[in-house]
Amino acid sequence: MTAAGQALSTAGERTEMRLVTIVARKELRDATRSKWFWLWAGAFGMLAAVLANVALPGSQVSEFGNFGRSAASLVALVQLIIPLMGLTLGAQSLAGQRENGALRFLLSHPVSRTEAFWGTFAGLAIALLATTAAGFGAAGLVTGLQGGGANVWSFVRIAGLSWVLAVAMLGLGMLISTFTNRTGAALGTAVFVWLTLAFLGDIGLMGTAVATDLPVSALFFSALANPVETFRLASLTAFSGSLDVLGPAGTYAVDRLGGSLETVLLATSAAWAVFPAAVASIRFAKSKDL
Amino acid sequence: MIDIRELTKRYGRVTVVDDFSLQVAAGESVALWGPNGAGKTTVVRCLLGLVGFDGSVEVAGLDVRTHPKATRQKIGYVAQELSFYDDLAVLELLDFSADLRRLGPERVDAVIDEVGLGEHTDKRVAALSGGLKQRLGLAVALLPDPSVLLLDEPTSNLDAAARDGAIRLLDRLRREGRTLLVTSHHMEEVGMLVDRVIGMEEGRITIECDPIDLAERLGIRAWLQLVLTNGSTQAAIEVLGAAGYAAKRNPRGVLVEVPAQGKGRALAAVHHAGIEIQDVEVWR
Repeated sequence: MTAAGQALSTAGERTEMRLVTIVARKELRDATRSKWFWLWAGAFGMLAAVLANVALPGSQVSEFGNFGRSAASLVALVQLIIPLMGLTLGAQSLAGQRENGALRFLLSHPVSRTEAFWGTFAGLAIALLATTAAGFGAAGLVTGLQGGGANVWSFVRIAGLSWVLAVAMLGLGMLISTFTNRTGAALGTAVFVWLTLAFLGDIGLMGTAVATDLPVSALFFSALANPVETFRLASLTAFSGSLDVLGPAGTYAVDRLGGSLETVLLATSAAWAVFPAAVASIRFAKSKDL
Repeated sequence: MIDIRELTKRYGRVTVVDDFSLQVAAGESVALWGPNGAGKTTVVRCLLGLVGFDGSVEVAGLDVRTHPKATRQKIGYVAQELSFYDDLAVLELLDFSADLRRLGPERVDAVIDEVGLGEHTDKRVAALSGGLKQRLGLAVALLPDPSVLLLDEPTSNLDAAARDGAIRLLDRLRREGRTLLVTSHHMEEVGMLVDRVIGMEEGRITIECDPIDLAERLGIRAWLQLVLTNGSTQAAIEVLGAAGYAAKRNPRGVLVEVPAQGKGRALAAVHHAGIEIQDVEVWR
C-alpha cells in the first residue's frame, strides 16, 4: 500500500452530536476554570466600561445615541482585543492538547477526530461568548446607569458581530493549531496573524492603495478578505447605516451594493466564522498521526 | 481477538514498524517485549487507530481503519505517558470518560472501588502521584469492562510497592479471561502477566516464545512469592540471602528471584531453616 494508504478513514461511522456536546461541555468547563479566561474577560470588561464612560460626554454633540456612541468606541477596542483572544485560544487548543498528550487520551475513547474538533470549537466559542458578553455587558451597564437608552439595537448588533469575529478568529487559531504539535509555535504564529490582520492589514491596504493606484472596488473586496476589516465595516453600518465615512471605497460599496450591503457584510462575517474552522476540521480529521 | 497482518508504519523515511503480523486469541495474554524504540507503542497506537498505517488491523472482528470508534468501544487502554486533563478532579475525569462511552455513574463507582481511588476522587489529576495516576489510568481503561486491554508499559512509572499492586490487579484481570496485550521491557512483569512473548527490535519480530523460554535465553529468572507465618519474613530474607538469592520484602511476604528452572532449591533453603511457608506463587 502507498503512503496515502496510511491515512485513516472513518467511513461508515457517523458523527454523533451527543459526543460533540460532551466534549464542548468539558472545554467550556476547562476554559472557565482557566485564569487566562478570567483575565481576558476582566480586562475586556474593564476597558469596555472605561471606554463607555469616556464616550458618553461626547454623545450630546454626536449624531449617535448613548449606546451607539459606546458601541462605536467599543469597535476600536474589539478590533484589537477580540482577534488576539480568539486566535490565541484557538492556537493553543489542539496543539496544547497534542503536546501534553490529552488529545491522545480523548481519542483513545470512541470519539472521532471530527467530534473532538467540533466539540472543542463549540466549547471555546461559548466561552468567547461569555467573554464578549462580559465586555459589552459592562459597557452597557455603565451607559445605562448614566441615562443612555437610544440605539440599544445597534449596540446589541455590534456585540453580536464581535462574537462572530471572535469565533472567526477561534477558527483561524484552530487552523494554525492543526499545523503544529507545539504550543509555542502555534502561539507565535497566532500573534503574527493577529498583527497582520489587526494592524498590517489596515495600514498595508492603505499604503498599497496609494502606491499602486488600487481601484476602489479592489480596496473594498480586499477589506472583505480580512475578517477584522469585515467586522469594522459591518459595525459601521450597524450604527451609521452607511459606509460613506470611509471615503471612496465606502462610497463605492454603498453605490454598488445599495440595500444589500448589510447582507453582504453579515454573510461575509458569517463565512469567516465558519470557513477557517471547517478547513481546520477537515485537516485535523485527515491528519495521519497524533 | 486481535488480528494484525503485515502492519507497517513509517514516519517520513523512518520505518518504525516493519511488516509486523500478530494474532492474539480471546483470553490470551501477550507481551510485546523489547527495548525503547522497538516499535511496541506504535503497534498499540495502530490498534487504537491513533496513527495511520499500512496493512490490516482488526480487533474483535472490526477493522480499525474503517471502524475506529466501534473498535475503541471494545478496548481499555493504559498509555505509557499518563496524560489526562490535569485541571479536572479524578471523579470529573471518570465521569467524562463514562459519558463518552454511554456509561452510568454506577460503573464509575465500581471502577473507583476496583482500583482503590475512593479517597482521591476530589483531587485534581495534576495533584496525583505517579502511582495514583497509574491507578486512574487503569480505572479509565476498566470503565467499559473491556474484553481487550492494551497496556503500554503499565508499571513503568511506579515504585516497587505500587508495581506489585498493579501487577496483582492486572494478573486478576487476566484470570478473568480478558485479552491482554502488554508492552514492556521489564522481564518481571512480562514473566508474571503473559502467556506468550513477542520480542521486537527495530519494528520487527525477533523472537516468539513463552516467558520461561525468554527468561532462559536471556539468563533471566523467575520470581517466587513466599507467604510466610508472622514474624519470619526477615529471617527468610537472611536465609535466602545466605543461599545466594536476591530476596526482598513486599506486602505479601517475601519475593525471591530464582533461576527459571531451579525454584525448588530456594524453597528447600527456607524450609530447612525451619521457616513455615504458608503459600507459594510462581511469577514468571
